[in-house]
Amino acid sequence: MLSRAAEAVYWMSRYAERAENVARFLQVSLEVTLDVGDPRGDAWPGIIAATGDQALFTGRYGDATRDSVLRFLTIDAESPNSILSCLRLARDNARSIQEAISSEMWQQINKWYLLVREAAAAGSVLDDPHDFLTAVKEASHLFVGLTYLTMTHGEGWHFGRLGRLLERADQTSRIIDAKQTILFARPLDVVASLDEVHLSGLLRSVSALEMYRKRHGRIEHGPVIEFLVLDKLFPRSIRHCLDNAQESLRAIAGTPAQAPRSRAERLLGRLGAEYENAVVEEILAEGLHDHCDRMQLKLNDVGLAIYETFFATRPEAPSTADDAVQLAEAAQ
Amino acid sequence: MDFTSYDPAPFYDEMFEPEGRPRTGCDLLARTLAALPGDDLMRRQRSAERALLHMGITFNVYGHEHGTEKILPFDLVPRVVSAREWAPLEKGLAQRSRALNLFIDDVYHARRIVADGVVPRELIESASALLAGCRGLDPPRGVWAHVTGTDLVRDSDGRYYVLEDNLRCPSGVSYVLHNRQVMKRTFPKVFQESRVRPVDGYPGQLLRVLQNVRPRGVATPNVVVLTPGPYNSAYSEHSFLAQQMGVELVESRDLAVRDGFVWMRTTRGLARVDVVYRRVDETYLDPTVFRPDSMLGVPGLMSVVRAGRLTLVNAPGTGVADDKVIYAYVPAIIRYYLGEDAILPNVPTFVCYDDKQRAHVLANLDKLVVKAANESGGYGMLIGPQASTAERAAFADRIRAQPRNYIAQPLLGLSRVPTIVGDSVEGRHVDLRPYILHAGDDVFVLPGGLTRVALKKGSFVVNSSQGGGTKDTWVLADGAAVREALPC
Repeated sequence: MLSRAAEAVYWMSRYAERAENVARFLQVSLEVTLDVGDPRGDAWPGIIAATGDQALFTGRYGDATRDSVLRFLTIDAESPNSILSCLRLARDNARSIQEAISSEMWQQINKWYLLVREAAAAGSVLDDPHDFLTAVKEASHLFVGLTYLTMTHGEGWHFGRLGRLLERADQTSRIIDAKQTILFARPLDVVASLDEVHLSGLLRSVSALEMYRKRHGRIEHGPVIEFLVLDKLFPRSIRHCLDNAQESLRAIAGTPAQAPRSRAERLLGRLGAEYENAVVEEILAEGLHDHCDRMQLKLNDVGLAIYETFFATRPEAPSTADDAVQLAEAAQ
Repeated sequence: MDFTSYDPAPFYDEMFEPEGRPRTGCDLLARTLAALPGDDLMRRQRSAERALLHMGITFNVYGHEHGTEKILPFDLVPRVVSAREWAPLEKGLAQRSRALNLFIDDVYHARRIVADGVVPRELIESASALLAGCRGLDPPRGVWAHVTGTDLVRDSDGRYYVLEDNLRCPSGVSYVLHNRQVMKRTFPKVFQESRVRPVDGYPGQLLRVLQNVRPRGVATPNVVVLTPGPYNSAYSEHSFLAQQMGVELVESRDLAVRDGFVWMRTTRGLARVDVVYRRVDETYLDPTVFRPDSMLGVPGLMSVVRAGRLTLVNAPGTGVADDKVIYAYVPAIIRYYLGEDAILPNVPTFVCYDDKQRAHVLANLDKLVVKAANESGGYGMLIGPQASTAERAAFADRIRAQPRNYIAQPLLGLSRVPTIVGDSVEGRHVDLRPYILHAGDDVFVLPGGLTRVALKKGSFVVNSSQGGGTKDTWVLADGAAVREALPC
C-alpha cells in the first residue's frame, strides 16, 4: 500500500484511540471527585499535569478548575489533545484514505467528529459531561468494531491496529500516572497505596473493574497495577497492547523468523520482552511515575522507528530503486 | 404538499404540463408528493441533508478557515426524464463523444479538418487550451476524452440543447450517486414503482474504461486516481471514486518517474503505475512540459505518456475541443468525421471572431448572453438582458479588443422543476449534466446525470459556486408503471 496511506491509517487509529482515552479519563475523574470530593483542590491541576500541556493550559485558562479542564480537554480546538482536536485529526487522516478503508468506517468517524463539533457549538458539554463522554466512548467502540468487521485484515488494517495499540499502551500509562497524581499533590511521590475508591475508579476508567475482580478479587494497590500493566489477557493492559502491536508489526514487515529485523521490530520486541518478564514489585520499586515516563519515551522511539521504516519518503533508497529497475526490465 | 397553487407557466416545467397535469412518468411522483403533509416533506428534506453530511459528501469552501466543508444544497424533488425523451439524448451524447474524440486526435496529428476547410486553422491555433506538448501523442485506442460531462439545457420550446462540452476534468458524478442513495432511502416505494434506471454502475464502468485504455503490452494494469489533495474542492469525489473502484488515490508526491516509468511509493518500495485517472488540471501535470511553477506535478510524467508507458485519463489537450468558439463548429465536426447530422442541437451561437457575426452581437448585446471562450463555472459571462448599460458597454470593449475570445447566444428560458422553498414548492431553473464514458470500443452514457438547480428565484445560474444546488435525475425504464399515490 502507499506509504502515505499506511501512515494515515496509523494516525487515524492513534487519534481515534486518544479521543476515547481522554473521554475515559475525564469521566472517571468526574466520578471520583463526586465520590470523595476534592478538599485540597488538587484533582484538576493534577490532570492537566498528566497531559503534558501544562504551559498551554495556564496560558489559556490560568487556574485549573472542573470547567476549565473539561473545556480544555473536550471542545477546545486550540488544545492539541482535546477530544475535538483528536477527532479532527483522525477524520482528516480518514478523509485522505477513504479508498483504503470501508465507507462504513469513514461515515462513522465522520459522524463521530460531527457529534463532537455540534456538542462544542451547542455548549452543552460542561452542563452534562457524562452524556457527552459516554457518547464519545460509544462512537469509538462502534468505530473499532466496524474496523474489525468491514476492513480486510491485511496490511492497512495491521497499520491501524498497530497505531491503536501503541496509543492505548501510552494512554493506559498516562491514566495510571494521572490517577496517582490526583491522590497525591506532588506528582513524583512514590505511591505506597491508593484507597479503594480511587483504585476502583482507576479500574473503571479502563473498563477493567469486573475483569479485575475475576482475576484478583480484592482491590489492592499492587494487584491493580499488575493487572493494568502486566496482565496478558486484558485488552487495555500495557502488556497486552504491546504483545498485539508486535503481532501486527510482524504481519506488516513479513520478516521470516531467522531474517534480520527492522529497527522498529527490534525496539518494539525489546519493549514487549521487558513487560513479558517484569514483576509488579520491580515497577513499584522503580516508582510508578518514573516507570510510566520511561515507558512513554520508549514508545516514542518505537513510533519514530516505524516512521523511518515504513512512512518516510526515500526517493533514492537503494533496495527499492534496484527493485524498480528489475521490474522495469521485466516489463519491457 | 399542496401543488394546487403551483404555477408551471411561463417556462417549460419538467413535472407538469402547462395546464397543471403531471407529465408522462411523473404522475405517481406528483400524486405522492401532493399526498404528503407539508411538514413531512420538510422532515424528509432535513433528514436527506443530514444523511449527505454524514456521508461526508462535502466540498471545501475556499478562503475560509480550516475545516470549512459544506454539503452542496440538495433538493428532494427529483427531475424525471421519460424513457422516450432519454433515448435520443443517449444517442446524441454518444455521437458527440465519438466525433469530438476524432476531432481532438486530428487536431494533434494531420489536421485534415483544417485542410478540408471545415474549421479555420487560426481558430484552432488560437485556442488557449491547445497544448503544443501534445502534438503527435497517440493515446491507446485513440481515445482522448474518456470522461465527458456535457451540459444540456431545455428551452421554453421543450427541446434539449447542448450548452457546453466539458472534456477536461468534468466533476459532479459523485453527487449523482449520493443523491440517488439518499432518494432511495427517502422515497423507497415511489422509487421502485417508477422503475428508475440505476446509476450505481458508474464506478464499474469507469474502471472498465481505465483498464481498457491501458498501455500496450500491460496485462493487468495498475490504475490510480490522481488528486491535487484534500484541500481541493472536489476532493470528496476523488476519494469516493477511488474507493468505489477499489484503486489507490494518489497525490503527486506519491509518484516518481524512474527508468522510463511512473512509480508510486509504497510501504514495500516502488510499484509501477499504468493508468492514471487524473483529476489534476492538465497544465499542472508535468512542470517540465507545461506550467513550470506547478507544485502538483510529477516531473517527467509526460515523457512516459509519450513513450506509451502510461495512460492519462483524460488525455491532456482535450480542452481544445471544449473551447466555446470551437463549440459552434461541433455540428460540422460531427458531419465531417461521422457523416451524420448532429442528433442533439447546439444553442444558436454567434462567433465574435467572424466580422459579420460580431457586428450582430454588438448591436444586440441587450438580447444576448456573451461568454468568454475559456471560462467556466459561470464566470466571464454577460447576461445582456439583465445587465446594466455600463456593464454592456464594458463587455463591448472587451469583445472588440479580443474578438476570438467571445461568443454570444440567445438567453434560453431554462426549464424548471418544482423545488422546495420554505414550506411550499416553487419552480426553479435547471440544467442537466449527463456523464459519457468512451472506452475505445464503445461509449457508455450513464442513465441519469447531475441536475443542477438555480435555487435563487428567477436565477438562471446553476453553478454551485453561485447559489446552485442539485437534484436527483430519474431516467425511467420503458413502460414505467402508472399507479395511484403511494404512502412513500
